[in-house]
Amino acid sequence: MDTFEQLYNYCISNNKTIFEASQENMAQEADISVEEVRNFVQKSLCAMKEAISSGIKSKELSMSGMCGDDCFKIQQYYKKQHSMFGDLFEKIIEYALATSEENIRMGKIVACPTAGSCGIVPSTLLAVSEKFNYSNSEQINALITAGEIGRIISIKVALAGAVAGCQAECGVASAMSAAAICQLQGGSVKQILNASALALKNILGLTCDPVAGLVEVPCVKRNPFLAIHSITAAELSVANVESKIPLDEVVDAMSQTGALMSPMLKESSQAGLATTKTGLDIANNIFNKK
Amino acid sequence: MKKTTLFDIISPIMIGPSSSHTAGAVRLGLLARHIYKETPKSVKFTLYNSYAHTGKGHGTEKGLLAGILGLDVDDRRIKDIFNSDLAKNIEYSFKYTDNIKRHPNAVDIEIDGKTKMFLSGDSVGAGEVAIRKINDFSVKLTGRYNNLILVYKDKPGMISKVTYLLQREGINIAYLNCDRNAKGQKASMVIEIDGDLQSAVETVILHMPDVYFVTYVKKLEN
Ligand code: SF4
Repeated sequence: MDTFEQLYNYCISNNKTIFEASQENMAQEADISVEEVRNFVQKSLCAMKEAISSGIKSKELSMSGMCGDDCFKIQQYYKKQHSMFGDLFEKIIEYALATSEENIRMGKIVACPTAGSCGIVPSTLLAVSEKFNYSNSEQINALITAGEIGRIISIKVALAGAVAGCQAECGVASAMSAAAICQLQGGSVKQILNASALALKNILGLTCDPVAGLVEVPCVKRNPFLAIHSITAAELSVANVESKIPLDEVVDAMSQTGALMSPMLKESSQAGLATTKTGLDIANNIFNKK
Repeated sequence: MKKTTLFDIISPIMIGPSSSHTAGAVRLGLLARHIYKETPKSVKFTLYNSYAHTGKGHGTEKGLLAGILGLDVDDRRIKDIFNSDLAKNIEYSFKYTDNIKRHPNAVDIEIDGKTKMFLSGDSVGAGEVAIRKINDFSVKLTGRYNNLILVYKDKPGMISKVTYLLQREGINIAYLNCDRNAKGQKASMVIEIDGDLQSAVETVILHMPDVYFVTYVKKLEN
């Protein structure tokens, strides 16, 4: 299945969910059983949990010293003052920061779909699952659903900041996350694809301009932002708020936008945040320190 | 190009922060080790372009060394590899340079030990890598398949001899690539195969006349 339309038609005519279609397809492709597919996904899920539990305890900075203690700060704050949006919101922010900070301090994470965007899918998937007691098997279903969204997008657009900007990394992660949440909430095939369309549509054009060429600024903080972004998409979708542009066409638009984006804004750190006065100062400091 | 699968999207489990600059570096080191077959006495890495400029902040050097020492992309020891016991018996150095003719994330690896070997490779994105050169020969080794690599005297019939041997073992060839430095001199063959190769076949090939070097490189697990 190469497009979301094909996936949708297949699911509807065979009365299957997205994760069922996806795990069967993967099993066939790799010549393994569905159970083995789910075991693989289980491993990624466990590694995501591990990354959160070690990330949440650490405030070690990255090698550059730019990031690493934001998760600590927000936890300290929430100890004194709870978020006005409730404990689920707090958890999502914390988990997303915990994971992406684990990444930049050379901890162990799951690239999902990429290392720079590794905090988005786990933060929502696990925070929501804990809050509403979704079972391990339901979590696997949600992660497969997210993966299938990423897989079909990647057929048209390489999921790499250097190719299509951050819309193709954190943007795609938020589309995957929206689908996962929708799956957990029992959304229909249509609602799941629509949730991804809403999330992706709203983030088109996001550039990749990391300071000093490192996956830290703006990447780390972009993870909690886009995790929350994906929740908005999932909520709208289960309420049947429809994306006027279907997901396949949003992906086409993303691909075109990525192609039109200047190479200076695609991971080369030649423009944008990377070349602001402060961005350049930081880069100089890092390189002089060496 | 292998098609992206569901598994690719929700993996690898890796040490951060960058799939191309960290995980890719580990894989390049690991492939080099698999080709060389043992821990080298010394290794010199030359990092090009983006690898040279942003490698430090991404742990690229740590990744390369960890790979050469046999660690996988998700091994927590990568982070502190320079101080690890594993790195005590190997001499290593890093050089940094620019060359617009080379890939943005390219590395040369000069290995010394039982024999000398020169390798170069690129980290081509999303953690995928390719070894492009072994000594004087152009190759393309991605670690996605099992590979048989041969260096032999360039003369008629070598390819059919080797492929016949593989056919006899029931092994399917996914991809075959040859190169030579000059007619009648040394030539190289890289054969990507489906399935596994018995070590006996490797030995048979090594004992064929005019074969100088054979190595079987298994695909990377992660
Ligand atoms: S800004 Fe670039 S490097 Fe950072 S997460 Fe986005 S795509 Fe990756």
